[in-house]
Amino acid sequence: MKKVLEGSHAVAEAVRLARVQVISAYPITPQTHIVEILSDYVTTGKMVAKYLRVESEHSCMAALIGAQSSGVRTFTATSSQGLALMHELLHWASGARLPIVMAEVNRALAPGWNIWNDQTDSLAQRDTGWMQFYCEDGQEVLDTTIQAYRLAEIVNLPAMVVLDAFYLSHTYEPVDVPEQDEVDRFLPPYKPAFILDTKHPYSLSPLVTPNAYMEMRYDIAMAMDDALEQFDRVEEEFAKIFDRRYGAVEAIDCDDADIVIVTSGTVTSTGRLLLEELRPRGEKVGVLKIKLFRPFPVEAVRRALGKAKKVVVVDRNFSFGASGIFAQEVRAAICNVPGHPPIFGYIAGLGGRDITVKLLEEIYFDVKGSSAPRKESIWVGLQEVNRAT
Amino acid sequence: MQLDALDKELMCSGHVGCPGCGATIAMRFVLKALGEKTVMVLPACCWSVIAGPFPQSSLKIPVIHTAFETGGATASGVRAALDMKGDKETTVITWAGDGGTFDIGFQALSGAVERNEDFIYACYDNEAYMNTGIQRSSSTPYGAWTTTTTGADWKKLRKKNIVEALVAHRIPYAATANIAFPEDLIRKVKKAKAIKGSKFLHIYASCPTGWRIPSEMSIKIARMAVQTNIFPLYEVENGVNYTINYKPREYLVREYFKLQGRFRHLKDTDLDQIQEMVNEDWALLLRKAGEHA
Repeated sequence: MKKVLEGSHAVAEAVRLARVQVISAYPITPQTHIVEILSDYVTTGKMVAKYLRVESEHSCMAALIGAQSSGVRTFTATSSQGLALMHELLHWASGARLPIVMAEVNRALAPGWNIWNDQTDSLAQRDTGWMQFYCEDGQEVLDTTIQAYRLAEIVNLPAMVVLDAFYLSHTYEPVDVPEQDEVDRFLPPYKPAFILDTKHPYSLSPLVTPNAYMEMRYDIAMAMDDALEQFDRVEEEFAKIFDRRYGAVEAIDCDDADIVIVTSGTVTSTGRLLLEELRPRGEKVGVLKIKLFRPFPVEAVRRALGKAKKVVVVDRNFSFGASGIFAQEVRAAICNVPGHPPIFGYIAGLGGRDITVKLLEEIYFDVKGSSAPRKESIWVGLQEVNRAT
Repeated sequence: MQLDALDKELMCSGHVGCPGCGATIAMRFVLKALGEKTVMVLPACCWSVIAGPFPQSSLKIPVIHTAFETGGATASGVRAALDMKGDKETTVITWAGDGGTFDIGFQALSGAVERNEDFIYACYDNEAYMNTGIQRSSSTPYGAWTTTTTGADWKKLRKKNIVEALVAHRIPYAATANIAFPEDLIRKVKKAKAIKGSKFLHIYASCPTGWRIPSEMSIKIARMAVQTNIFPLYEVENGVNYTINYKPREYLVREYFKLQGRFRHLKDTDLDQIQEMVNEDWALLLRKAGEHA
């Protein structure tokens, strides 16, 4: 049924439809709407679940680790400082092979205090063994959250559904909310192989010596590789029932494009508008949306960028001392392809500053007029900066 | 000695505890009292190692090892999941050392008991970070040498009174227990198991390695801790009703201190001062229990 929903509400609807049994949460702007709605669902009986109102994000993830290890489906949502506080246990969740699903609302890290959109919080967690999906709109958020459970439970790895602060979390859009029986057909009940069970007493996550640790890590690496293939299969199953699919990447007008702009999150929608602006003017430009960040879809990215003469990556994030993080990943993906195009990295929209069609257009023409990247990262839309000494 | 406990051993031989380890004695009695319908949450502590490395385990109950500061929170999640599965019968117990309880895990513990989660939190207290090599914790007593309070810098701060901190949360049940008093320990574990809500057990567990005592002295030292009033045995219901379980005046504090290498550097004047502290704490406890010295 079509409803006009906020991005946060779309997440909550998906969690309800996924029949999550234990929710744990701690408030942080701008993810609070998600957990407020879920709290109401549990209180009013719209969802049959336990809701743990814990005293920190760290305890929140610990509680989910305990619950998921006992054999139930779990959920939480967080942002920024909250995600950073969880960091230790993000490693724990993947190491313990628990398919926990979390909504992560991209918000800037302090200082300065800033509640607005910035991807550095989730991208800083890229090595924690969590799958990461960057969503573009409310429908994708709802669908991806449901798919995340299916995929996570197939490969036994946790998953992060990432959405932009305010641009997506607080924006109302028409969203098709599936019926419960349709979701039940797609997402079977959670049946893990190993749980805390007094009839079959296992010892979970014990001390592991050097003669077994490396194999366990390799198994996680293999599961991540497997997730890349399973992602397509899960999308296909989903499409059969719901007639919607997104792809690990989406190449928009890339086939004949000389310049391809790589985007993620809601900036992709701005990129679509840019194409409407520039294509009629004869500009050969395409947009590559990267949805799946972990596992990183190397082959799909190579295919999509294979014909481009120049590649531009717009990053709403930054790794100090290096570059934009999507740019790093794209460079790494294509560096071994002979004759690959040059990668132009642009940093824009940090801390919630708007990335407009006009800004993308400036970036496009800057690239068009440059034979090679002037720098690894070009910061756009900057005011004058008084450098601290 | 007659022990009102199961014959069944849920802790087996082959654990890797040090000789005379009080924490292993405590585990054995606690599991005897709890029985098989028990899930254990084990944050980082000596027992993370004592239980044995993968693929072995010396515990015959399901155990989830977890991060240092998460004892209260992980148990909350396990309890929530069991409740969702309709399992009200299984006991969830967190088994943590003093570092994981008094220090790094205190927030998660406070949060869990404020929510009155239905579980037992047992802290086996060996009065320092023993697993990492005897570093001071907020449970390390006044006067003690540790590897981070050496020489003239021996610890000159009092041990945190963890039971009173838990009592302040008005939890249904909080008690101290000691490996040298197994009947009392087992009775308290069974009592805790029967009560709904958050229960806290503070179990004195001597550490020959860290305290610089011979391993055969483990129980004797533990008994003396009670007999000197250094570690009184008592229980508190609903944050207000105090019961003192043992009223001794058999030894002076100095006799307990003199037996342990970790206190070797203390002068008689220091020991007099410590005796005064212990007397003061005991008087305070008697007042809370509505009793007279």
